[in-house]
Amino acid sequence: MPEQLAFAIEVFLNGLMSGVLYALVALGFVLIYKASGIFNFAQGVMALFAAMTLVGIQNGQVPFSHLINAILGTHIHHFGWHIHSVLAIAMTVLVMIALAWAVQKFVFRYLVGQEPIILFMATIGLAYFLEGFADLMWGSEIKTLDVCLTANACLPQGINLAIDETTYNWFGYGFFIDNLDITATIVAIILVIALVAFSQYTKQGRAMRAVADDHQAALSVGISLNFIWVLVWSVAGFVALVAGIMWGAKSGVQFSLSLIALKALPVLMLGGFTSIPGAIVGGLIIGVGEKLFEFWVGPLVGGATENWFAYVLALVFLVFRPQGLFGEKIIERV
Amino acid sequence: MLYREAGDFKTSYSADNQTFPIKFDRLGYYTALIIAFLVIPFIINDYWANAIFLPFLIYAIAALGLNILVGYCGQVSLGTGGFMAVGAYACYKLMTSMPEVNIFFHVIISGGITAAVCVVFGLPSLRIKGFYLAVATLAAQFFLVWLFNRVAWFYNYSASGQINAPERTVFGIEVTGPNTEAWATYLFCLVFLVASALIARNLTRGMAGRKWMAIRDMDIAAEIIGVNPLKAKISAFAVSGFFVGISGALFFSVYLGAVEVGEVFGINKSFLVLFMIIIGGLGSIFGSFAGAAFLVLLPVVLKVVGVDWLGWPTDIVAHLQLVIVGALIVLFLILEPHGLAQLWRVTKQKLRLWPFPH
Repeated sequence: MPEQLAFAIEVFLNGLMSGVLYALVALGFVLIYKASGIFNFAQGVMALFAAMTLVGIQNGQVPFSHLINAILGTHIHHFGWHIHSVLAIAMTVLVMIALAWAVQKFVFRYLVGQEPIILFMATIGLAYFLEGFADLMWGSEIKTLDVCLTANACLPQGINLAIDETTYNWFGYGFFIDNLDITATIVAIILVIALVAFSQYTKQGRAMRAVADDHQAALSVGISLNFIWVLVWSVAGFVALVAGIMWGAKSGVQFSLSLIALKALPVLMLGGFTSIPGAIVGGLIIGVGEKLFEFWVGPLVGGATENWFAYVLALVFLVFRPQGLFGEKIIERV
Repeated sequence: MLYREAGDFKTSYSADNQTFPIKFDRLGYYTALIIAFLVIPFIINDYWANAIFLPFLIYAIAALGLNILVGYCGQVSLGTGGFMAVGAYACYKLMTSMPEVNIFFHVIISGGITAAVCVVFGLPSLRIKGFYLAVATLAAQFFLVWLFNRVAWFYNYSASGQINAPERTVFGIEVTGPNTEAWATYLFCLVFLVASALIARNLTRGMAGRKWMAIRDMDIAAEIIGVNPLKAKISAFAVSGFFVGISGALFFSVYLGAVEVGEVFGINKSFLVLFMIIIGGLGSIFGSFAGAAFLVLLPVVLKVVGVDWLGWPTDIVAHLQLVIVGALIVLFLILEPHGLAQLWRVTKQKLRLWPFPH
């Protein structure tokens, strides 16, 4: 097989893998948007917040220690213990549920019935708030995230040697594929299956879909909108946690983690805001598209095209199909 | 008692149509102008100019521009930072390629160039709406910043990739470069701000503004009553781009003097200007001023209180600032979606009846 083609295939596969990660973030957006009509710009910051909380709990950091030290002049930083990953993840889930409840209780309860664009801007405010809050709570330095089941069974890092070897034997060219990307793909598939099962086969999941279809009809058959919204935000918080773990393990827990939300936006536009399959397909298209574009066109125009390619692709696409690939047709009446 | 329309008799059509129909408002407006032009230039120093007045004046122009697009025409844009960068780089190219032309005209032409770029990125607004459009404008933000970073022609092939404002004068007085006086830069920006505000105010209360508002309130209905959505939306993008471009040009040439595009005109700048008009008041000229003043003053006040008085580390104060700004945005959207401008309007309404509210 020619070297160039093999290389292109490798780029394609890596694009698919990063597309999965984009889709993971986009999923959280779709969930909230479907159930409450809120386009949650804070999803990326929620992923950052979740990852920071996880690291903080794992390492036994004292929340708000910097602020407390500044006010009281003390020097506390750590409780001095280390918490097992599984327990820490469970505690982080609880924090995310509390966050979902607080967001519903203090923000969006008061904004019911407002225009979507007002809600959108409120989530931008929320994103700023959460970002500052997370920094105040856990400190803004870059942290490394290690999720381990036992002492030597952590999230795998680095190149997958088995694939490298097998493909080398088959094609005479070893594919470079990150172990973490493979894990992320598997986790994402499990997550999607779990979400689908949850929304198809459980009572709460069905209620969630009912609310997504029609708020008033759902209210009239006795579904509590408040509860469903808290539930949806919690599920989105959980998805954010998974995305945060994957991205955090890949590139460290730091501010740039919240920027993945910006990457998820074109994914959503491409796939349609209301469709879970759309989020996944859109994520894959964007992931593959930007990697291949960078590979072929990037060197001609000076590189780093990944920053904007996804947006321009989505923009061009939207001009021809404003509702995205799988979105519901937009019908407007006077 | 002072704030009444009673006794203020309008005898001509133009008097009836003036911007400030109430005498007290008119007096306040003239007083503000006199103070801004004749008092502040004599007492201003470098710290006040650089920390408060210049950013306020320049952001107010950007907020005016964005308010026309978002507040009046209802087309949410997250590309303000990118468009400001267009203004800055246009101004830089003009300043270096045509040094004999006065910088005053450079700034205006940069506004025009930005308007053209803004129109190009505004074209999709005819097909897509709401936050689809908001996200689409992000394409402008990222693409433009990338363009100015990567294409060396824009920064004249300088080794650092930065652009630096050469020294330019107006009436023989330096307004850009390292040796400027505080009052000169202040006055230069003030002239642009006052002119922009006058244009914006008169556009928005005329036919153009009413068309924009009709599009904002419901574009299909507006189309049915005879507003051409193409012209209305594109003109809003053009006017908005013009102001944003001017502010970008001033931001680079007068205020900063040297710019690295990714740092200065990043996505955060877009959000900052958007926050200004949300806090100040969507669809209000006064709101653009109020919001700009608020968000320029807030970090300064927080820094004075947090760092200088309480002695906290700067990073904590910076984080606290994020929390406060975010909370304020949410709070304003919940309590007063029309921002500071609406508070001012309510106050004025109360003043009319004061001190006998019945």
